[in-house]
Amino acid sequence: MKIPLGSIAHARSGDKGDLVNIGVIAYRAEDYELLLREVTAERVKEHFADRILGEVVGYELPNIHALNFVCREALMGGGTLSLHSDAQGKSFGGGLLGLMIDS
Amino acid sequence: MIRIGCGQGFWGDSSEAPVRLVEDGPLDYLALDYLAEVTMSILQKQKKENPAFGYARDFPALMERIQSRGVKVIANAGGVNPVACAEEVRRRCPQLKVAVVLGDDILDRLDEYPFLNMDTGEALSTVREQVLSANAYVGAFPIAEALRTGADVVVTGRCADAALVLAPMIFEFGWGETDWDLLAAGITAGHIVECGAQCTGGNCLADWETIPDLARIGYPIVEAEANGTFVITKHEGSGGRVSLGSVKEQLVYEVGDPRAYYTPDVIADFTSVTLVEDGGDRVRVTGAHGLPRPEMLKASISYHWGWKAAGTLVYGPPMAAEKARRGAAIVNERCEILGLRFDRAVTEVFGDEWAMLRMAVRAKERGPVERWTREMIPLVLNGPPGATGYGDGRPKAHQVVAYWPALLPREAVVTRVEVLG
Repeated sequence: MKIPLGSIAHARSGDKGDLVNIGVIAYRAEDYELLLREVTAERVKEHFADRILGEVVGYELPNIHALNFVCREALMGGGTLSLHSDAQGKSFGGGLLGLMIDS
Repeated sequence: MIRIGCGQGFWGDSSEAPVRLVEDGPLDYLALDYLAEVTMSILQKQKKENPAFGYARDFPALMERIQSRGVKVIANAGGVNPVACAEEVRRRCPQLKVAVVLGDDILDRLDEYPFLNMDTGEALSTVREQVLSANAYVGAFPIAEALRTGADVVVTGRCADAALVLAPMIFEFGWGETDWDLLAAGITAGHIVECGAQCTGGNCLADWETIPDLARIGYPIVEAEANGTFVITKHEGSGGRVSLGSVKEQLVYEVGDPRAYYTPDVIADFTSVTLVEDGGDRVRVTGAHGLPRPEMLKASISYHWGWKAAGTLVYGPPMAAEKARRGAAIVNERCEILGLRFDRAVTEVFGDEWAMLRMAVRAKERGPVERWTREMIPLVLNGPPGATGYGDGRPKAHQVVAYWPALLPREAVVTRVEVLG
């Protein structure tokens, strides 16, 4: 069954230079495996294909049942250079929660 | 155990938060983070116009308000002029002992090192003439040294944000320069609270609809122990929520590799910590692990990049979004007719029944951006029907300040502490 990522996880995103990082956290420990399986760097890049131009690298934080995705070339050169409404990448976290995953 | 509150996550954060932290419950130290990267270039500009400026000027006024409370204050409010900031605190609060940490400003030393761009590998010489500010991120040990002078207030310039919170732990608990796990614990605590209310229910996605009383949100407090364990909490009776969710979200905020969070004092491993709820609005953090500090320090160099402008219009029904898109196409065609060239341009249309059109452009030269600012608002009269929401009038061209991330050897940065009063 397909479910939105937001039904099992919460998230927060922010900026560093031209990078956006997205932390995705499973509400329940037992859903961490699902995160690992379903939310890959490739899928994150694909989900934000129009905004992330560079590479996406995923890191694991098993201690808090979370993943951290570091997305390069995501802010048109950096927060002060970006012309988007969301120049600091704050919306990526919530945006990723709309991703449909297999439960 | 010592209690360290964080009452400011950036310059412009709630002016009431630090006051609530010192007045509404027990607190030993108040850490205040005023400096975003962009702040340093703004302050440098202010200092150029008036040599007495260049620091967060609301900080001395805040000190006047909270000085009688006996809470020690550590603030990076000094910006690019920490001595002027400290002198103003002294002038307003003559009975306080104020210490200043100096040595982060490297603006007049840019020819000593190549300062290769960490992202592109280019040498700083390519933008050398446009540099506006340059500061090295210094660590917590000089701040701890300042506390050892008996200072009531420590004013710094650029330092690692989390160092403001680690420093009182080093001072109170006697932690050493190679106590990597303890230093990592202090940095982890500092990282969690350095954005103020972002760990107490602000900007929190986890169950956000149920987070209570955000209008009275309590800013975070670290209850730190000498053994490196700590609790994140807030004053009793304040709004917001400290939960596993709110703390986890902040733990991953603006982080790269969570196993290697670089700071001047230690490389912290955020995957090593265990978080448990320890009663209501309390999260206990244990098990922090750290690796030896890096050989190089990070420099924050800002330079003038060029110009940008952004404008918005609002369209009502019918067919609001369609009208917004048509309006944007007209502006873009006007730019072609006028021969305006931009480095980049972005058009966004938000909403459906009502729609907001937002357009933005940037260029190295001011001219085309200035000319562009006169092309959007005329749509009200000469474009698709029903454009409104132009209350602020013509968009304004703004200077774009960009950042040059670079490293320099640790030994190149020599800090010193000066005491006033």
